[in-house]
Amino acid sequence: MVAWLSEAQKMNHVESHEEASTDRVMFGFWIYLMTDLLMFAALFAVFAVLRNNTAGEPSGKDIFSLPFVLIETLILLTSSFTCGLGMIAARNKDKAKVMLWFGVTMLLGLIFLTLEIKEFSTILHEGHSWRDSAFLSSFFVLVGTHGLHITSGILWLAVTLRYIARQGLNHHKIRKLALISLFWHFLDIVWIFIFTVVYLMSFIN
Amino acid sequence: MMLLIAGYLTYKKRWKWLWKEWLTSVDPKKIGIMYFIVGGFMLLRGILDALMIWLQQSLAAGASHGYLSSEHFQEIFTAHGNIMVFFVAMAFIFGLINYIVPLQIGARDLASPFMNTLGFWLFVGGVVMVNMFFLFGGQYAATGWLAVAPLSGKEFSPGVGVDYWIWSLQISGIGTTLGAINFIMTILKMRVKGMTLWKMPAFTWGSLCSMLMAATIFPILTMTLFLVFFDRYLGTHFFTTTAGGNAMLYSNLIWMWGHPEVYVLILPAYAIFSEIVAVFSRKPVANYKSNVFGLIGVASLSLVVWLHHFFTMGSSADVNAFFGIMTVFVAIPTTVLVFNWIATMYKGRIRLDTPMLWFLGFAGVFAIGGITGVLLAVPSIDFQLHNSLFLVAHFHSTVIGGVVFGVFAGISYWFPKFTGFRLNERLGRYAFWLWIVGYFMSFVPMFILGLMGASRRLDHYDASTGWQPFFIVSLIGGIVITAGVTMQVVQIIASFIEKKRLMDTTGDPWDARTLEWSVASPAPAYNFAALPDVSERDGFWAMKQTGLQKPTYEDIHMPKNTASGIYLSIYAFLTGFGFVWDIKWLIIVGIVGMIYTFITRTFDEDSEYKIAASDVEKSEQEHFVKMQEVEKSRDQSKIGPEYDMGLSDFIKIVWKWLLGLARHKK
Ligand code: HEM
Ligand SMILES: [Cu+2]
Repeated sequence: MVAWLSEAQKMNHVESHEEASTDRVMFGFWIYLMTDLLMFAALFAVFAVLRNNTAGEPSGKDIFSLPFVLIETLILLTSSFTCGLGMIAARNKDKAKVMLWFGVTMLLGLIFLTLEIKEFSTILHEGHSWRDSAFLSSFFVLVGTHGLHITSGILWLAVTLRYIARQGLNHHKIRKLALISLFWHFLDIVWIFIFTVVYLMSFIN
Repeated sequence: MMLLIAGYLTYKKRWKWLWKEWLTSVDPKKIGIMYFIVGGFMLLRGILDALMIWLQQSLAAGASHGYLSSEHFQEIFTAHGNIMVFFVAMAFIFGLINYIVPLQIGARDLASPFMNTLGFWLFVGGVVMVNMFFLFGGQYAATGWLAVAPLSGKEFSPGVGVDYWIWSLQISGIGTTLGAINFIMTILKMRVKGMTLWKMPAFTWGSLCSMLMAATIFPILTMTLFLVFFDRYLGTHFFTTTAGGNAMLYSNLIWMWGHPEVYVLILPAYAIFSEIVAVFSRKPVANYKSNVFGLIGVASLSLVVWLHHFFTMGSSADVNAFFGIMTVFVAIPTTVLVFNWIATMYKGRIRLDTPMLWFLGFAGVFAIGGITGVLLAVPSIDFQLHNSLFLVAHFHSTVIGGVVFGVFAGISYWFPKFTGFRLNERLGRYAFWLWIVGYFMSFVPMFILGLMGASRRLDHYDASTGWQPFFIVSLIGGIVITAGVTMQVVQIIASFIEKKRLMDTTGDPWDARTLEWSVASPAPAYNFAALPDVSERDGFWAMKQTGLQKPTYEDIHMPKNTASGIYLSIYAFLTGFGFVWDIKWLIIVGIVGMIYTFITRTFDEDSEYKIAASDVEKSEQEHFVKMQEVEKSRDQSKIGPEYDMGLSDFIKIVWKWLLGLARHKK
């Protein structure tokens, strides 16, 4: 742990007041992401414990459609890519490109969200809800929590872009974009885990 | 009580002052003091609950059923546990960290001052929620302080009690996570030049370990509470008895948080003792590095022992053995710490001021807690003593001896830094002895009761058990503890009365070693007029040896006050309250309000103001002159602790004041 702590120290040589505060904010956001990751870890653990408790209701194999989820996954991955392009534009202070690439990111996020809602509503329409079994409860809550994160990411991005459109890019805004893109990549990684643990693995056994 | 305070404020027209100077403040020193005030009131509430529990237990033997219904009794012990852990112990620990850590590391504020007010106000939101059922009716949870599943499910607890429990812990718990993130950032990123990790004061190390743990476990609590909430509100099946729910899963999750939680509380307390023992033995902390490794060791081990809370729930013998052995291992780093304290005292010039007394009290009481803890860690013994009053007595020895005494030691040690004057020593001693006597009177009978087979949470028992006399002694012990707390209130009031005589004019009343003592008492808003240069471990001690230099002043950037923390917390509270009573529109108002306030706050780019170098110099100078005047005007021969007023003087003064008031009326 001491080794890790001193690692965290290395970036400590910054000069101006502004740089120092950006450095702190980024570091703090990393810690926040770790706490968020722990919340997801708890949900994954719950899912792992409850996944076979289907109580006579359908299991994952019966209700998931792999091609559909694969499309979702690809869309989210692409959005992470466009988010990266947006970040490059931000570092170059290129406002037009920032609006473009983050706009695309937002759009892809919205499509992902729509697909996820569609998946949920299909399952609900087939007459299975989170009330029916422990497996379904943990499925809906795990995937839903990710969806909620995506929603707040989109909201955050929308507000930031609006402020940038009105006030232009300054170091505050660029920092905000950097945080958002960290958040977005983080959600991407969590989704990869969901894709593997929730969807792929339900077809294995 | 609240009404009295509100009336006084209206009378004095101080509302605006309160709002501007305190409630919206982002100064960690003021926030720290607000934590103490809330924590202090909650301590009184928690002890009152404890007395109510014992009164019931002293009465309810045989034919008598006491004065409480069993439902009401259950609500009281649940509330007692929650309040003591979340709103007393946590409040005091956070208060101390807020005030002291920035000063110890030579920082002027926190990494995120806004997150800090937000964390504090969310904590207050939790406090209000736990007291809500008084105002709005309904009931509190009757499930025990951790609301075991499936008892906490809708099926077995249909009322709103568990919902109050959920939202009270949820709101304050999120505040704790924010606070923890903030302090990790602050300690790792904002130390003054020259202070490497190996030069950090002990208390800062303890706080860092504690906050790292908090950031690790509170997210688990948050998620677990959400899952209980989903079970109750949306009809999911995580911890229910039907449709594949798994109640054992709840025990695992809640104790993965719950066990380390007590170490979040105890680590700063250990570290407070390290500071105090060093200062009052006039030696540096012995074996500093092994001290730090001791803290880290306790922190890491305590993350993998949670299962000892339910050895009896049917895990296999191997699993139980593993967790039992890990639990015993926690004693090893703890022992390292104890030996370091002894080594620090060895050949030191020891002074027995009240902070040191609390340390000695801790050493005795905590030893009992530790030994009984190791006993309980053996699964086969735990099968006998599980859920008994022996267990209750064990953990009270650790939380009272460790956390509560640690906090008292810290408060009496740093009190001059908080207020500018030290506490009355004589009354402090009385309070200490009342606590010690009260502790033994109330908890020794509980150990015995446990061995006699009395289980915890009993609202009635058979007369033939012969338990009643023990319960009565316990109750009397509780009354003695209450007298101790009252004495502490008296102590604080008496110290205010004698404020001038007790004034700390140097900023360093104990001849201490760390940076917080290098600034004036109370510390100015900007903490350090000029940032110190640290090259040694006990930075201030080293400075005192080489002589203090004249500082060069510079402009200081400070964060502006903000009310967004309060607003956000109000909206969070409304959301929670909406969920408790299922008021849809209120939930929506709360959530939209939170999002809106959060956005406007994070996009406010103008959050700092500047203090000019000349103003800093002026205010430093003014303080210096004022302190010289105090020095001149007070009787120099009467400032030692032996001149502090005793109880009879105090009563006389209050009596005279009351008489004066009565005459004035006429
Ligand atoms: C200050 C003096 C205190 C007294 C006199 C006191 C007394 C009691 C009593 C009588 C009980 C009920 C025992 C039973 O189950 O029959 C109890 C339970 C408990 N106390 Fe305390 N206590 C004190 C301080 C604390 C502190 C400082 C903490 C924690 C920081 C604490 C945490 C708890 C918890 C968690 C329970 C268990 C509640 C439950 O059963 O759900 N207490 N206490
Ligand atoms: Cu434990």
